[in-house]
Amino acid sequence: MIDKTYSSVAEAVADIPDGATVMVGGFGASGSPIELIHALIDQGTSDLTVINNNTGNGEVGLAALIGTGQVSKMICSFPRSSQSRVFPKMYEAGKVELELVPQGTLAERIRSGGAGIPAFYTPSTVGTILAEGKESREFEGRSFVMERWLKADFALIKAETADPLGNLTYNKTARNFSPLMCMAATTTIVQTKRLMARGEINPELVVTPGIFVDRVVEVADPVHEDTLIADERSYP
Amino acid sequence: MSGGWNREQMAARAAQDIPDGSYVNLGIGIPELVAKFVPEGREFIYHTENGMLGMGPPPTDEERDLDLMNAGKKYVTELPGASYFHHADSFSMIRGGHIDVCVLGTMQVAANGDLANWSTGAPGAIPAVGGAMDLVQGVDRIYVITQHTTKKGEPKLVEQCSYPLTGVGVVSRIYTDLAVVDVTPDGFRVFELAPGVTFEEVEEKTGAPILPAE
Repeated sequence: MIDKTYSSVAEAVADIPDGATVMVGGFGASGSPIELIHALIDQGTSDLTVINNNTGNGEVGLAALIGTGQVSKMICSFPRSSQSRVFPKMYEAGKVELELVPQGTLAERIRSGGAGIPAFYTPSTVGTILAEGKESREFEGRSFVMERWLKADFALIKAETADPLGNLTYNKTARNFSPLMCMAATTTIVQTKRLMARGEINPELVVTPGIFVDRVVEVADPVHEDTLIADERSYP
Repeated sequence: MSGGWNREQMAARAAQDIPDGSYVNLGIGIPELVAKFVPEGREFIYHTENGMLGMGPPPTDEERDLDLMNAGKKYVTELPGASYFHHADSFSMIRGGHIDVCVLGTMQVAANGDLANWSTGAPGAIPAVGGAMDLVQGVDRIYVITQHTTKKGEPKLVEQCSYPLTGVGVVSRIYTDLAVVDVTPDGFRVFELAPGVTFEEVEEKTGAPILPAE
């Protein structure tokens, strides 16, 4: 019987090596897998390339991972949120590199990585500095810019429910990039609020089919980034 | 100031031009206020880039779900008939031409419809683009709400944008505190003046040639 469950977040992230590319689900605080990120901080791996829409907030979660110096490059669309303090400091100090990608292009690059499509053409960025140096082509009289797929060695994902096969559901806008990242990573690691028995999730309502998921850990009462920030917490 | 529209009146004026049944994406800032001024008898369905249709107003403390946010990372609610989807579907709605109207703020708009609203291009500034470049390419009707001039009195409607572009020739109509201005093949043209505002005042505060209303 297939069983992808792990007993702890520490065990689930133990083999992420130095230099790995890691996709981290979430849009701002919503859907951010805080426990998995904190486990990665404890694990201590370095020289990571991290893909997320943002760069974390406060001094917890993704911001804390950047703050420890474990991240050498961020690929994101919006690194400048109101509560983003750690990334600007590290970026200005030259300690972390930034690749800025428009949000829709970021989503489609990740989807393509998971779908086996090495490149695609998009109208986004045409005529802007973000298109400089990129191949462009006309289709039906309109210009498009070529963008390449994005893949990762690992994805860290937060789900609402999961079963031992890795079938997932999410809660509201916590879904965001997560289903795409599950597809695009070689090893997808999921923390779930509730671990269900096989067959307990209605197959019609599965959002991410288990084929895209490798490891599942139950984190029954996950902390939320906004709550931690309101409490002025930091990690470690 | 003798005449003109305040922020809420600008938003209300823009809402008048959105047809019943439209799927609408609202940018951060004054554009968000449009949702407060839906004309009677019309229904707009709000899209948020982070994966939702049917977004409702901010929640009460009891209603708040920490996982339910809009693209500006503010807490929102879901209306009956709402749906959730992942980011690739959300931007397929945008790039695929399924969103009818997008209302954005801006730093500059040029007479040919070029929009600059993501970066000042200042050296050392951390660039952040979000979904703006996808929205302006994918949504047919790009409405801009902005003060006519900066706080220093410099025009925001210009001949050519000096800031890095978000998109080329993408803006349809501009709602300022002084007027509704269309982007036409002949450049800016006033569509409507705000109460108590003269064409001469608008012309003086616009950084490009502008035609009077037809």
